[in-house]
Amino acid sequence: MTDKILTARMDAHPLDSHTLDRYLNTGGYEALRKAIREMTAEQITEEVKASNMRGRGGAGFPMGVKWGFLAPAEPRYLVVNCDESEPGTFNDRQLAERDPHQLLEGMIIASYALGVNHAFVYIRGEYPKVARRMQSAIDEARAAGYLGKSVIGSEFSLDVTVHMGGGAYICGEETALLNSLEGRRGEPRLKPPFPAVEGLYAKPTIVNNVESIANVPWITTNGGAAYAAIGPERSSGTKMVSISGHINKPGNYEIVLGMTWREFIYDIAGGIPDGKELKAWIPGGASAPWFVPSEHLDTLFTIDDVASNGSMLGAGAVIVMDETTNVVAAAHRLVRFFAHESCGQCTPCREGTSWLEAVLKRILDGNGQPSDVDLLLEISNGISPGLAWPPAMTTICPLGPSAVSPITSITRWFMPELEAMIAGSEVAVG
Amino acid sequence: MTATISHWSPENQERAKDILASYPEKRSAVMPLLYVASLEHEYASEDAMREVADLVEITPIQVKSVASFYTMYKREPVGDYLVSVCTGISCFLRGADDVLEAVEEATGVRSGETTEDGSVSVEHVECIGACGGAPAVQVNYELIEGVTPDKAEALIKWLEDTKPEVVLADEMQQLFGGQQSFDWGPADTMGAIRPVPAFGVFGSAKEGR
Repeated sequence: MTDKILTARMDAHPLDSHTLDRYLNTGGYEALRKAIREMTAEQITEEVKASNMRGRGGAGFPMGVKWGFLAPAEPRYLVVNCDESEPGTFNDRQLAERDPHQLLEGMIIASYALGVNHAFVYIRGEYPKVARRMQSAIDEARAAGYLGKSVIGSEFSLDVTVHMGGGAYICGEETALLNSLEGRRGEPRLKPPFPAVEGLYAKPTIVNNVESIANVPWITTNGGAAYAAIGPERSSGTKMVSISGHINKPGNYEIVLGMTWREFIYDIAGGIPDGKELKAWIPGGASAPWFVPSEHLDTLFTIDDVASNGSMLGAGAVIVMDETTNVVAAAHRLVRFFAHESCGQCTPCREGTSWLEAVLKRILDGNGQPSDVDLLLEISNGISPGLAWPPAMTTICPLGPSAVSPITSITRWFMPELEAMIAGSEVAVG
Repeated sequence: MTATISHWSPENQERAKDILASYPEKRSAVMPLLYVASLEHEYASEDAMREVADLVEITPIQVKSVASFYTMYKREPVGDYLVSVCTGISCFLRGADDVLEAVEEATGVRSGETTEDGSVSVEHVECIGACGGAPAVQVNYELIEGVTPDKAEALIKWLEDTKPEVVLADEMQQLFGGQQSFDWGPADTMGAIRPVPAFGVFGSAKEGR
């Protein structure tokens, strides 16, 4: 069985994996031919459903099921979410930069399956090279007849527009992204209605992550059952995982899920630099509750095992902290991010994230109060009552509750360190 | 009938037309047009926002409400080179605060400020998706990964001394970078001429030197 789906071409052809020529002579656009000439739209959706692929953007919702919700009204839109902004993630950047045609072919097949004639790629503003590469791929594909009025001579027509963001994390949330694409402030919308019913310009819209769509050509060629057969049930297929922080071999790894965290951190990513001890890691991006070596090294790296241990795989970003890490400073840095990126619509998030940041800051500055632990938990509870994971929501989107994760993580695993810091004693890090 | 802004360069007028034509609804063009207008006016000035409003037929305050939501539309004058130091979690863990300090020392300005001669603006930014190559820095949104404080200082000196017309990520990576998030592959010859994302449709991408 193939162990690399998404990165095989860029590994084999590092110098030109982004070009149409290389794409074509490594089997590119064959899946599109098969889709348009041999399959109906419904058959493609059925294959995607059969793949059991869970959306790679963070929520983990099965992509085929999402496609099935698309309302019949016209026109309909497909929007690919390349607003990759979750701290710790950089896998979509690699997929779109190094193999843009793979993503584009996935978009064309998906558009054909969904009855879409205008698709968009929303690329974060800080990724100009991704936008350049995608636009080159679009231009090449159009000139070669894979896009435009009559895709490979069929009745099907498709335009693809690259849209660049303006620097706002929240636009990765799909309804905020749609508002942004409509030329509005990137504020999340109340759901329902879901985008599949009322999305872009209030028309039926599917929003999928880059990695999800990049898998579509392979699924079309090999069938959903073949994809579902890879890896554990309910975490099928390969997953691009970004690992960063205190780690010997940071980078993106396309892996089959199901190994232990110990294997991933030590065997795959080379372990902790300079022989230091592992202190904690975040298994799924800044929003996710932390894991610690005393509890989780032998936990399995699957979507469900991470969830049943109180965290999430999210978009697949692992952030590693070694024994020298000041966890209060790390928590402050994470909370500061969410405070900065809060869109301001919902009071618990707008006010809560800023207060959490302020309290952590004063602790870091040596002005912590004995009551600050309770205060941190009280503010957190106001954002996400019960402090459970998955979080209870008081807000339109999950940004606010995400800011609570660092707080519950340090109070759960590193309380003595937090209390020592508040007491102003020399912090025993490690 | 599509409005044009007659005092914009013919090139930018053409771009505005292309942008407006690429969306089913005009208002979607606000964000890309704000970038083009920022090229014309050197930043997203009141005039720039008013002109975007004319082009998409909404009110200037609606454009301002959009521009002010995002961090990349600069509503104050910005230097020729915008140096953005990532201080997000992964970069923080790998010493980004020291990189920011080195940039502030080398330029003599703090984050959020511009040097007196208007050449360099400094900002610290949230995660820019370069965590595997932490700490990361962007110049006019072109990326450099694996930057040390020494290299950051050298980068500022290089910008001030050579005043490159186009900043190229691969060139800067070679001169001032280190660990990368992944193999970047072949060099990209397009770069930025202003603190606007170097993407063809906004007109800031240029063939390299």
